[in-house]
Amino acid sequence: MNAEAVLKKTVTWRWSSRLPMQMKEKAIESLLLFAALTSVAITIGIVGVLVYESIGFFRQVSLWDFLTDTQWTPLFSEPHYGILPLISGTLVTTAVALAVAVPMGSLIAIYLSEYASRGVRETIKPALELLSAVPTVVYGYFALLFVTPALQALWPALPGFNMLSAGLVIGIMIVPYVSSVSEDAMRAVPVHLREGAFALGATRMQTALRVVFPSALSGITAAYVLGISRAIGETMVVAIAAGMQPTLTWNPLEPAATMTAYIVQVSLGDLPHGSVGYQTIFATGLTLLLMTLVFNLAGHVLKKRYRQIY
Amino acid sequence: MSLKNDIGKSTDAKLVRRQILRSQLRDRFFAVGGLLVMAVACLVLLALLLQLAYDGIGRVSWQFVSSYPSRFASQAGILSAWIGTILVMILTAATAIPLGIGAAIYLEEYASKNWMTDVIEINIANLAGVPSIVYGLMALGLLVYEFHLGHSFLTAGLTLAMLILPMVIIATREALRAIPPQIREAAYAVGATKWQTVRDHVVPYSMGGILTGMILALSRAVGETAPLITVGALSFIAFLPRSPLTSEFPFISLQWLFDPFTVMPIQMFNWVSRPQDEFHVNAAAAGVILLAMTLAMNGLAIAIRARFRKRIHW
Repeated sequence: MNAEAVLKKTVTWRWSSRLPMQMKEKAIESLLLFAALTSVAITIGIVGVLVYESIGFFRQVSLWDFLTDTQWTPLFSEPHYGILPLISGTLVTTAVALAVAVPMGSLIAIYLSEYASRGVRETIKPALELLSAVPTVVYGYFALLFVTPALQALWPALPGFNMLSAGLVIGIMIVPYVSSVSEDAMRAVPVHLREGAFALGATRMQTALRVVFPSALSGITAAYVLGISRAIGETMVVAIAAGMQPTLTWNPLEPAATMTAYIVQVSLGDLPHGSVGYQTIFATGLTLLLMTLVFNLAGHVLKKRYRQIY
Repeated sequence: MSLKNDIGKSTDAKLVRRQILRSQLRDRFFAVGGLLVMAVACLVLLALLLQLAYDGIGRVSWQFVSSYPSRFASQAGILSAWIGTILVMILTAATAIPLGIGAAIYLEEYASKNWMTDVIEINIANLAGVPSIVYGLMALGLLVYEFHLGHSFLTAGLTLAMLILPMVIIATREALRAIPPQIREAAYAVGATKWQTVRDHVVPYSMGGILTGMILALSRAVGETAPLITVGALSFIAFLPRSPLTSEFPFISLQWLFDPFTVMPIQMFNWVSRPQDEFHVNAAAAGVILLAMTLAMNGLAIAIRARFRKRIHW
C-alpha cells in the first residue's frame, strides 16, 4: 500500500466518522442542557401551581379579608380566612429560633475562625454538621417529649403544645447553618487586617469583635438570613410540638399553628380537590414562599450595603 | 472597653498594665464562653441521641422490623415503612442523580456566559432556599392532580428528586470545579472531544466529591417528611407494594410505582402525634432506625471525602 492510498483511506475514514461524532457531541450537549433546564421547569412549576390555585382561592375570598381578618377558620361552618394568625405563629417560632441560633451560631463561628486550632476545627465542624443531618421529625419528637417536659418542670403552667419549645429546637437545628456560613465569611477576612489589630495591641477578642466581625458583616448577614428562611419554612417541629390551633398571639408560651403546620394539618385530612379548603393551602404556601423571598432579597440588599472591599 | 482612650488618659504605667491584664482576662473569658457554647451544641446533639436511644432501643426487635402498623402499639412495626423508604429512595436517586450531574456538567463545562446561563444559575440558588413543604404543594397540584400519578411511590420519588436536585447540582459543580483546567487542556491536546474529556477525565477524577454530595443529598431525602405528607402519604399501610418481579412474561412489573406509599419519617410522625405513651415508644424506636440510616449515610460521605482527598494530589 503506497502512501497515497493510506492517506486516501485515512481521509475517507475521517470523513465517515467525523459527522456522526459531531452529531453525537451536539446531541450530548443538548441532553445536558435539557437536564439544566429541568431546574427552571421546577421553578415554573412551583410558581405556576401556587399562583393558579391561589387565583381560584382569591376568587372566593377577598385579598383584604385574607390580609386583615384576625381569624383563620377555613374548615368551620362559618369560615374566616385571615392569614394573620398563621403569620404570627410563624414569626414567633422564628423569633425564638433566632434568639437561640444567632448568638450561639455567631459565637461558635468566632471561636472556630479566630481561636480554634486546625485540629479542633476539623473535629468540631463535622460534629456540628450532624446537627443539621438529623431528620426534622426526630427534632419534633425531641421538642414534644423532651424539651416541653423539661420546660414544664420549670414552669408548670406551660401547655403541652407551645411555640417556645418548638422555637428553641428549631434554633438548635439551624445553629450549624448560621455558624458555618458566618465562619466562612470571617475566614475570608484578610489576615493583614488581623495583624494590624494585633500590632496595635488588641487582644484576640478585640480583634474578633471590632475588626473581623464588622469586616465580615455582609457574609454574616447572609448567614442570618439563611437561618431565618430555614426557620420560617420549618414544618415538622412546629407541626408536632407547637399545636395545630391557629391563634393570633405573640406569646411564645401559648400553642399556635404556623403556616407550615396548617398545610400539614390540611394535607393529613381528606379535602376534595378544588374546594376552597384545598385552595387555602396553596394560598398559604404562596404567602410562605413570598415571605422567604422577601427575607432572601433583604439579605441580598444588606449584603451589598455592608460589603467591604479590600 | 475602649483601649485607646484609657491609654491616652492614663499617665500611670500601673494603670496601663492593669488595663492590659483586664483585656487579656476578658479575652480568656470570651474564649471559654465560645468553647462552652460549642459544648452546649454538641451536648444537645448527644442528649437527643441518648434520649431517643433510651426511649426506643428496647422496642427495636425483629418483630418491630417485620410487622405492619397496628392499632395495638405492641404489635405494630415498620415493615411497610422501611421498604417504602428504600423504594422511594431508589426512585429519587434514579431521577435526581442523572439530572443533577447532567445539569452540573452543562453549567461547569459547556455553558457559555449568556442570559440563559444566568437564569439557570440564579434559579438554582433560589430553589435551594425554597421551603421543602412548597415542593410538596407543587407536587400535589402538578403530579397528583394534573399528571394523575396519584398518591403513589412515583409521586413521592419525583417530589423528593425535585427537592434534592439543587443540592445535587451544587455539590457536583463544586467537585467539577476542583479539577484543574490543565487536565482538560491535556485531553484536548491529544485530540479528545469535549464529551470524551468530560466522560473519561473530568467526571472520574471528581467522583469522590460527586459521590459525597449524592449521599448527603439522599440522606436529606431519607429524613424528609413534610412534602410527602402534602402529596398524600398514608401512615397506615398493612400491605406491601406489588412485586416488581412477576412469574409471567415480561417478568418485570412496574405496577408498584402506582401503589400507595409510606416511609419511615411519616410512620414516626404518625406515632409521635398520638397521645398514648406506648406509641411514643414506637416513635422513638422508628426514630432510632431512621437516625441510624441518616447518620450511617453521613458517616459514609465523610469517609469517602477523606479517602478521595488523600488520594489525589494535583
